[in-house]
Amino acid sequence: MTLDRRQFLKGAAFSGAAGAATVATGGEAAAVMRPPLDMPEKAIGMLYDSALCIGCKACVDACKSANGMPAEIPSTLAAWNENTWDTGESLSGKTLNVIKVFRSGTAKQKDAEDNGYAFVKRHCLHCVDPSCISVCPVTAMQKDPETGVVTHDPDRCIGCRYCVYGCPFGVPQFDVSDPYGRIQKCQFCNHLLKEGKIPACCDVCPTGASLFGPVVELQGEIDRRLAAEPGTNFVFPRGEIGSDRPPHEQAVPRYKKAVYGLTEAGGTQVRYLAGVPFTSLGLPAVGDISYARLAEGVQHTVYKWMLAPIIGLVGLVFLVRRNAADKSGSEDQA
Amino acid sequence: MAHTAHRLARAVITPTTIVLAVIVAIAVYFIVQRYLYGLGAVTNINPGYPWGTWVVVDIVIGTALGCGGFAMALLVYVFNRGEYHPLVRPALLGALFGYTLGGFAVLFDLGRYWQAYNLVLPWYTNLNSVMVEIALCVMAYILVLWIEFSPTVLERFGWSGLRRFVERWMFVVLALGVLLPTMHQSSLGSALLVMGTKLSPLWFTVWLPLLYVTSALAMGYAIVIFEATVVSESFDLPSEHSLLSKMSTVVGGLAAAWLVFRYGELIWRGDFGYALVGDLKAVMFWIENLLMAFAAIVLLVPAGRASKRASFLAAVALLLSGSLYRLDSYLVGYDPVGNWHYFPSVPELMVTIGVIALEILLFLIFIKAFPVLANARPAARNA
Ligand code: SF4
Ligand code: SF4
Ligand code: SF4
Repeated sequence: MTLDRRQFLKGAAFSGAAGAATVATGGEAAAVMRPPLDMPEKAIGMLYDSALCIGCKACVDACKSANGMPAEIPSTLAAWNENTWDTGESLSGKTLNVIKVFRSGTAKQKDAEDNGYAFVKRHCLHCVDPSCISVCPVTAMQKDPETGVVTHDPDRCIGCRYCVYGCPFGVPQFDVSDPYGRIQKCQFCNHLLKEGKIPACCDVCPTGASLFGPVVELQGEIDRRLAAEPGTNFVFPRGEIGSDRPPHEQAVPRYKKAVYGLTEAGGTQVRYLAGVPFTSLGLPAVGDISYARLAEGVQHTVYKWMLAPIIGLVGLVFLVRRNAADKSGSEDQA
Repeated sequence: MAHTAHRLARAVITPTTIVLAVIVAIAVYFIVQRYLYGLGAVTNINPGYPWGTWVVVDIVIGTALGCGGFAMALLVYVFNRGEYHPLVRPALLGALFGYTLGGFAVLFDLGRYWQAYNLVLPWYTNLNSVMVEIALCVMAYILVLWIEFSPTVLERFGWSGLRRFVERWMFVVLALGVLLPTMHQSSLGSALLVMGTKLSPLWFTVWLPLLYVTSALAMGYAIVIFEATVVSESFDLPSEHSLLSKMSTVVGGLAAAWLVFRYGELIWRGDFGYALVGDLKAVMFWIENLLMAFAAIVLLVPAGRASKRASFLAAVALLLSGSLYRLDSYLVGYDPVGNWHYFPSVPELMVTIGVIALEILLFLIFIKAFPVLANARPAARNA
C-alpha cells in the first residue's frame, strides 16, 4: 500500500523535484546514513485539508488563547491596528500557528492554480524523524514515545537556534526582540492532550479542515478523500476523527493527487491535502528523507565508541613524544 | 635545532593599539545593548536566518583563522619538521586568541546564555548533536592552547620549576592540540549535513567534514605566512621569508588537492551544472575557487613562492577563499523556508570587527610582553 503510493507520488511533479534533490547527495551519503526512525504505533497527528479551509482563522485565535501567546501586530500594520487585532503574517516568537493565503491572477476561484486562491496552515509538522531533536545539543526538543508529539523544554534550551536553522519546514522561532527570549513552536497542545482534550485548532475548526486523530486513521481518511469522485457528496468529520461530533457535508474538492507529509523529511504526523500544488502554498520541497539520518550517520561513523579519536590520540602522542624532545626553543637554552 | 624566542622591545601603547582599543570599546557598547534589549536590537538575524555573522564569522571563520597552531603543530611535531619551530610560538599565540574569543563570542550570541552551562551537564547531552561535539571539543582545545602557550609565560616570569613540569607532559597536550582541531574543524562541516535541501548542492555534500578540515589546515598555514610577513614588515624585523617559502609547497599542495577534490566530487555527483547558472551562489562559488586556485598556483610555482610579495598575496587569497567558503556554506548557499533575507546590521558588524580587533590587540600586547618571536632579537636592526 505504502509502496504503491510512493511510486504513484514519484510521478507527481512536486514529489519528483523533491526526489531529485534527495538523489543529489550521491551514493556515499546513502551508505553512511543511519536507518530511518519509525513512527510510534499509536502516533497522533493532524490532517489539514486546504480545500476545506475557509480562512476564518478561528484556529489561529484558539491557538493563541490555548497557549497564552500574545497578539502580533507587524510594524507595517501598526498605524491602523492599535493592539486590537492579531495580524501575524508568519510563524514567529509570538505566533505558533498561522493561516496564509495563496493568490494568483484575479483570485476568483477557490483552490484553482490560475486566477484562484487557497489557504494554508503553518505550524510544526511533528516529524517522524525530527531534525530539531537531532541537532539540539541539550535535548531540549523531545518526541513523546507514545504519541510522537515533539515538545520543547525552555529550561534546558541554551538559545543556540540550531533547531531554527535545521528544521526543514522553518518551524521553531526565537523571539529576538526579547532579551530573555525563548524558542516557540507548536507542541500539539500537549497540555490539552494530557487533560484528554484535543488540540485547540482542531477543536474550533468549523469545517473539519484541521482534523485531529491517530495518524493511521487520518491516512485512511486521506485515502478515502483522494479516491472519491470530485463533485460527489462527502461526509467530512470535524474536530476528532471517529468522534461523535456532527460532521460537515459538501462536494468532494478537486484534490491534487498528493499528500504532503507522507514521505516529506522522512514522514510527518501532520499531513496536508490541497487543491493547488503544495509548492504554491509555500510548503517547501524537502525531499523524502530526514537529513538527521545523514548528520548522525556521519558523526557516529567517525566517532564510533570514540575509537578513531582514541587511536588517533595514541598515535599522535607517540609521534609527538619522539619528535618534540629537541624543540622546546626557549631563551634559557640560548 | 634549538632556537630562541624573544620579547619585542617596543612600546605597548601606539597609535595602532589605541585605534584597536577604540574599536573594541564600540563593540562592547553594542554587546551591552544586546544584553539589555535582545539580539534583535543589535543584529539582523530573523526567523529565516537565525545565525548571522556572530556565529559564522566569529566562530566558524574565526576558529579556522585560528588554525595556525594546529597546522604548525602537525608539521613540526607530527611530521617532525623541526626547521619550522621558530614559527610555532607566534602561530600558537594567534590560535590562542582566535579560539578564546570565538568561544567568548558564543556567550553573547546564545539566546539563553544564562543556561549555557546546560551544555556541559552530561544528563542533558544529546550525543547525536554535532553541536555537542563542536562545543566540548572547542572548549577542550582552548584549554589545550593555553597550556601549550604557558611555558612562554612561565619563562617570562622565571617560574622554571612549574615550567619544567608542564614541558615534561607537553607531548600529550601537543598531541591533543592536533587531534582536537581535526575533530571540531571537520564537525563544523558536519553541522551542515542536517540542512539537506536547504543548502545548495554546490556546498552540500557528505564530504563537507573533509573539505572543512582540510581547508582549515590550509588556512592555518596561510595565517602563519600572513602573520609572519605583517609582523616582520611592520616592526622592521629580519624576514622569515626563506622559511615561509619552504613551507609554501605544503600550503600550495593542500590548496590544489582541496580544489581537485571539490571539483572532482561535484562533477562526479553530477551537480556541476549549479556552478553554471550565473546566480549569486554560482558567482560566490567561482570567487572562492579562483582565489584558492590563485593561491595554489603562486605557492607551487618556484618564482611565485620565491617572491615575498606574491606569496603574501597568495596567503591572503587563501584566507579569503577559506573564509568565503564558510560564509557561503552557512549563509549564501542556504535557502531559508519563506521569503527571508539577511545582511548584517552595522552594530552587528561592529561587534564582529571588535572581536577581530581585540584579537590583534592582544596579539600585539603579548609579543611585546612575552618571548614569542624568534626574529625579535634585541640587535635585530643591525643583523
Ligand atoms: S517540523 Fe521542524 S520543529 Fe516540527 S518536528 Fe519537524 S523538525 Fe521539529
Ligand atoms: S535553540 Fe534551544 S531547542 Fe533549539 S537547538 Fe538550541 S538549545 Fe536546542
Ligand atoms: S496544535 Fe495547538 S499549538 Fe499547535 S497549531 Fe494547533 S492550537 Fe496551535
